Amino acid sequence: MRTSPGSDLTESLAERVRAGGPLRLEGGGTRGLYGRKVDGAALSLAGHHGVVDYDPSELVITARAGTPIIEIEALLAAENQMLAFEPPVFGSAGTLGGAVATGLSGPRRPFVGPLRDYVLGARLMNPQGEVLRFGGTVFKNVAGFDAFRLMAGSLGCFGPILEVSLRVTPRPRTERALVFEMAGEAARTWVTGLMGRPLPLSGAFHDGQRLHLRLSGGEAGVAATKAELGGEDEPLETWAAIRHMTHPVFQEPVLWRVSLPPTGPAESFETTAWDWAGGQRWLAADSVDPGVWGHAARLGGHATLFRGQADNDQVFQPLAPGVFNLHRRVKAALDPAGIFNPGAMYEGL
Amino acid sequence: MPALQVIDAPAAPGPRRVMLDQFDARLDADFPPVDPARLIAALKPLLPPENLKTQIEALRPYETDGLAAYRSLPAVVALPETVAQVQAILRVCSDLGAPVVARGAGTGLSGGALPYPGCVLLSLAKFSRILEIDAQARTARVQPGVRNLAISEAVAHLGLFYAPDPSSQIACSIGGNVAENAGGVHCLKYGLTVHNLLKLEMVTLEGEVLHLGSDAYDAPGFDLMALMTGSEGLLGVVTEITVKLTPVPETTQVLLAAFDNVEVAAQAVAEIMAEGIVPAGLEMMDGPALRAAEDFAMAGYPKDAAAILLCELDGAGPDVAEEIARVSALLSSCGATEVRQARDEDERKRFWAGRKGAFPAVGRIAPDYYCMDGTIPRRALPNVLTEITRLSEVHGLAVANVFHAGDGNLHPLILYDAAKDGDQDAADALGGAILELCVSVGGTITGEHGVGREKINQMCVQFSSAEIDAFHALKAAFDPKGLLNPGKAIPTLARCAEFGGMHIHNGELPFAHLPRF
Repeated sequence: MRTSPGSDLTESLAERVRAGGPLRLEGGGTRGLYGRKVDGAALSLAGHHGVVDYDPSELVITARAGTPIIEIEALLAAENQMLAFEPPVFGSAGTLGGAVATGLSGPRRPFVGPLRDYVLGARLMNPQGEVLRFGGTVFKNVAGFDAFRLMAGSLGCFGPILEVSLRVTPRPRTERALVFEMAGEAARTWVTGLMGRPLPLSGAFHDGQRLHLRLSGGEAGVAATKAELGGEDEPLETWAAIRHMTHPVFQEPVLWRVSLPPTGPAESFETTAWDWAGGQRWLAADSVDPGVWGHAARLGGHATLFRGQADNDQVFQPLAPGVFNLHRRVKAALDPAGIFNPGAMYEGL
Repeated sequence: MPALQVIDAPAAPGPRRVMLDQFDARLDADFPPVDPARLIAALKPLLPPENLKTQIEALRPYETDGLAAYRSLPAVVALPETVAQVQAILRVCSDLGAPVVARGAGTGLSGGALPYPGCVLLSLAKFSRILEIDAQARTARVQPGVRNLAISEAVAHLGLFYAPDPSSQIACSIGGNVAENAGGVHCLKYGLTVHNLLKLEMVTLEGEVLHLGSDAYDAPGFDLMALMTGSEGLLGVVTEITVKLTPVPETTQVLLAAFDNVEVAAQAVAEIMAEGIVPAGLEMMDGPALRAAEDFAMAGYPKDAAAILLCELDGAGPDVAEEIARVSALLSSCGATEVRQARDEDERKRFWAGRKGAFPAVGRIAPDYYCMDGTIPRRALPNVLTEITRLSEVHGLAVANVFHAGDGNLHPLILYDAAKDGDQDAADALGGAILELCVSVGGTITGEHGVGREKINQMCVQFSSAEIDAFHALKAAFDPKGLLNPGKAIPTLARCAEFGGMHIHNGELPFAHLPRF
């Protein structure tokens, strides 16, 4: 079992929370551009950090929310393990709590599931400053409601996430990156077919011109797949640029993330760059066109204004009225006075 | 590693002996009684006569689920066939203040579908159609009454399957799987139900239809679909489910390893996982379990072993061959007395038939057995096994152990004879002690069977009053009147004060602020 030095700020955080809100929860401050602007006093969780427990044979790591993701990944790499959901990291200060609160998953998502699937448990501070433990450190656990899964992508709306237990996975024995000259729609059709077979795919990204595939698995399986698929080898660093969104396709002033059924029609989104085998499209623009939400909804998906929103702008896809009302009641269940990150996700939530 | 907390739990006196199929207004849920005649009169116009059962002999088949020891009668059984009918029934229940218990195939093992006395039992059995299979997207849109295995059968010709495979998969329904967040032998690699869902359609108690999730890889807002999964019918009634389908692996192989010591077998489990191998299944049986299974299924298990492991590996042919070699070597170096690879598909199926038949097999060696379902961190396995053996001696009852070892999910089967004086008490006490042992090493009281009515008192051991309050608040966000499956899954704090108060941690009496009854 491994731990890392850190500091436990539970007591002082509780004091601050009991003093009342509204509070704007912060981790490393690297994801501040994601979501809506919150009016409130800053409550920083960055100082609440450190790995509480990591036992490689359990395939579980438990760390405080302020622990930098890069610290966690370095610890895992030394044991030949990894975070399979590959969260994007926007700077060395990016924290575990921030990754869970934003809920963003990297290129492996269609092949291994989202960040949410790797959260085994979480400790949440309630408005009374009490620590609630949901879930735990074991994979199979059906006692109580699975409130820990609700924390993934909650944008801190339920309160400060103090500690998270994550399922980690062994690193693949081998990985290869391949690139193909292929137009977007042809590539999407081809990849869809490949995914119907048990092949060792771990990434399918199209940059607007070329298809990038990543293979991960045993040596023999990866070699056989490479031999079948062809393509040119490219450095694995391409996948780091896709994961962390440093690739040129992400660099426009306005950036939409459009999540669509991966095999359905994409209509005017056809020409965008895509990841997740076509399930996640990145629409770069120089100004905000609110018509994107309606268009994404008509195609059975949803859109997020990932970058370029003005203060108080809508960022996330509007919800059906019944679902939005349920969101308000669920938020009020855990944060009745609305002190935690009010409005971070939707106005009035 | 946390110190193993030793719990000598003698048969608890007094209130613990109350059978949990007796609901108590004081401790569970308090509703003004609804006149059955009035309820039936309100439901009659909503359904064809044959879909509304009111005669006592027609209600009998619904008085219990897979936990047959608990029985209780509903006022009426409704079998809607359309979403509009479900909406209308729920509106009537909401208006009249009648409790509603939704039911799938009734195979659950924790009394989750046990009727609340005088409730409307809402059976989803007639929602039994597979609505759409999308081979390209590898998804299936199904109604909740579809059997788990029927999905895999319907897509087998496409080279696909639905991965979660609870051992009741021949009979259990996908709607019940969602309510339970069902696992199975292969969930170590392929995930639980929640990991294999895309979309849910649900109806609230007020009769509103909501759509959660998406055909895309994610949906906006909070992940309420994940919250619904495993919520035991307390939050809403699921009327449609879109599931993910998985390509059938190219090759599947299974290894059988025999050990002359249970703790050594448990250690081997940790070694395999630490090696960076993710088996499709990793199961363990101890001596009593494997001998019963062998006599029952003639699987070819070595009957003189103290424990066996079954390790299934799947994937691309050459990769599986390589992993089989690595795991075989590892098992031998860990002290296995014998390592055998199934020679063909026939033998592989026989190895699994023994494991899948382990519960009925144990049913043949004792008049009664009580199946536990704790999960523990894998590293605690050797110590927990030693402790279970000790507890078994203290309580004077034998235990046969069947484990989903790869994910630390234990199914100790307590053998007893209900006809024998004191045996039932001893089985309950031993079961409670085993669950508390699981919690004390950092685990949980239930890995996959859930908390319906059974284990509701142990919830008070695993969760604090603030956590239980939060669960009730979440329940109320979906169901403000508290009419959906009352008295299940989440205990009231009054119940915890009365039953959870037995367990004093760190010298503190839990729920000290509540009055004792």
